[in-house]
Amino acid sequence: MWDNQTIMMIVEGTGVTLYMTLVSTLIAYLLGLPMGIALVVMAPGGLKPNKVIYKILDVVVNIVRSIPFLILLMLIIPFTRFVVGRSYGATATIVPLSLAAAPFVARLVESSLLEVDHGVIEAAQSMGASLWNIIWKVLLAEARTSLIVGATIALGTILGYSAMAGVVGGGGLGDIAIRYGYYRWQFDIMIVTVILLVGLVQILQVLGTKLSKKLDRRITG
Amino acid sequence: METMIQIKDVTKTFVGKDNSVEALKGINLEVHKGEIYGIIGMSGAGKSTLVRCLNFLERPTSGTVLIEGKDLSEMKDSELRKMRTQVAMIFQHFNLLMQRTVIDNICFPMEITKKPKYEAYERAKELLEIVGLSEKAKAYPAQLSGGQKQRVAIARALANNPKILLCDEATSALDPTTTKAILALLKEINQKYGITIVIITHEMSVVQEICSHVAIIDEGTLAETGTVEEVFQRPRSRAAKKLVIQGDTTPKMEMKGRRCIRIVFSSNSSYEPVIANMVLTCKTPVNILLADTRDIGGVAHGQMILQLPEDRETAEKMVQYLKNRKLEVEELDNYVG
Repeated sequence: MWDNQTIMMIVEGTGVTLYMTLVSTLIAYLLGLPMGIALVVMAPGGLKPNKVIYKILDVVVNIVRSIPFLILLMLIIPFTRFVVGRSYGATATIVPLSLAAAPFVARLVESSLLEVDHGVIEAAQSMGASLWNIIWKVLLAEARTSLIVGATIALGTILGYSAMAGVVGGGGLGDIAIRYGYYRWQFDIMIVTVILLVGLVQILQVLGTKLSKKLDRRITG
Repeated sequence: METMIQIKDVTKTFVGKDNSVEALKGINLEVHKGEIYGIIGMSGAGKSTLVRCLNFLERPTSGTVLIEGKDLSEMKDSELRKMRTQVAMIFQHFNLLMQRTVIDNICFPMEITKKPKYEAYERAKELLEIVGLSEKAKAYPAQLSGGQKQRVAIARALANNPKILLCDEATSALDPTTTKAILALLKEINQKYGITIVIITHEMSVVQEICSHVAIIDEGTLAETGTVEEVFQRPRSRAAKKLVIQGDTTPKMEMKGRRCIRIVFSSNSSYEPVIANMVLTCKTPVNILLADTRDIGGVAHGQMILQLPEDRETAEKMVQYLKNRKLEVEELDNYVG
């Protein structure tokens, strides 16, 4: 049973899982980062309060976050087909993954940016900094460790979601686990994929924590 | 003298959900070029709000603020930002960028004004020398002491050659020795570069140390303004009296009904033991309830509060003696510390 073909399949599955996770996280950040920034900047009492946009963003983020991922995955199949041309496979899975993760990322970014000391923002304002300067050089730069910790959490969560997409033929380790482990009762393959998934999350977590610590200048000694 | 800052009928009301708070109730103030102007008040008096109205970090609810004759409320956003590069500010908690080195912190305001990188770096090095922290250029704020952080903040504030420096409780988080050093640095900056300085504080000692003029703010209104000498020697308002006679070690003694006087030293020689001589002359002891004097260039400065003997004649004699020694004598009713 553990012939070259099976091993190749698992190695390939690991690659596909990483591909889905990394690309989806990237897209989720492209969408979620601006949303998170907007949530902070436009909040009541923020740098540029805007009740309407803030409320809309807030509600949209909450709605998308409250839809279970599997349901969202199926709900947006027409959209996925429209974007990628088909609704199954790794690349198609990236669409719902990114969309589901974006609001989550927005909240992570929001909470990181809210940690930035208000006094430092005020100091930048007192120097005549523009809104863009404050976002870029104060909010994002000062919150960078927290943002990296957040990104690590996002990666782990998206990796987990990507495995879930296996149910509908999403590709990757989750797909293998369901097809071989669940439908064919090949428990050994299931266990190997689970170990690999756990291992991947571990590695990402360790790397993320290390990076954030390395970049943090608030710790002395 | 040239007027630098002019505040006319400024009010500020913070509107909350259920109540609104009137932080400033019609403030009028003028600061001239080159002055070190102290604004002093108890916490909650509105002084921090007032200083934020000077660079429009807080927009006044009504009234006008003029910087060098220009009305801030008529400025567009971009003009306001440009004005702020000329009105620098330092804070109680320093507010440095924690993820940047000292030298990069000082470069920050020059990034805002888009000064070429190399020039900014050279200027930052120069500023570090002025504040005496050249060896800390590559350190991060977390590695510095409070006094050092405030020095970095001062260097950062000076980066764009401002005309005005606003100090919001800049020494309140520092110990007395460091406070003295920071105040000396501010004084040096004022004298060397002619920068007008506005100092917000709740400590009379800070005002006495470096300010030329002082405004006393109490519950959102100006209780009293004048030169530091005037206000210190003859405080008229209740708030001023409270601030001038605020000892940390307030004597809690039975003294109601007994006659207490406050004497102010401003021109006597430090070497003349005035009180001791008075006691020897009158042959009756007095009770010193508060004494806060120091020697500034051989001249005694400060104040004392004395409890006089019950015998009226002796008490009168003592007052006369002190007046003859050219001291300011003021009667205190029911002084309770």
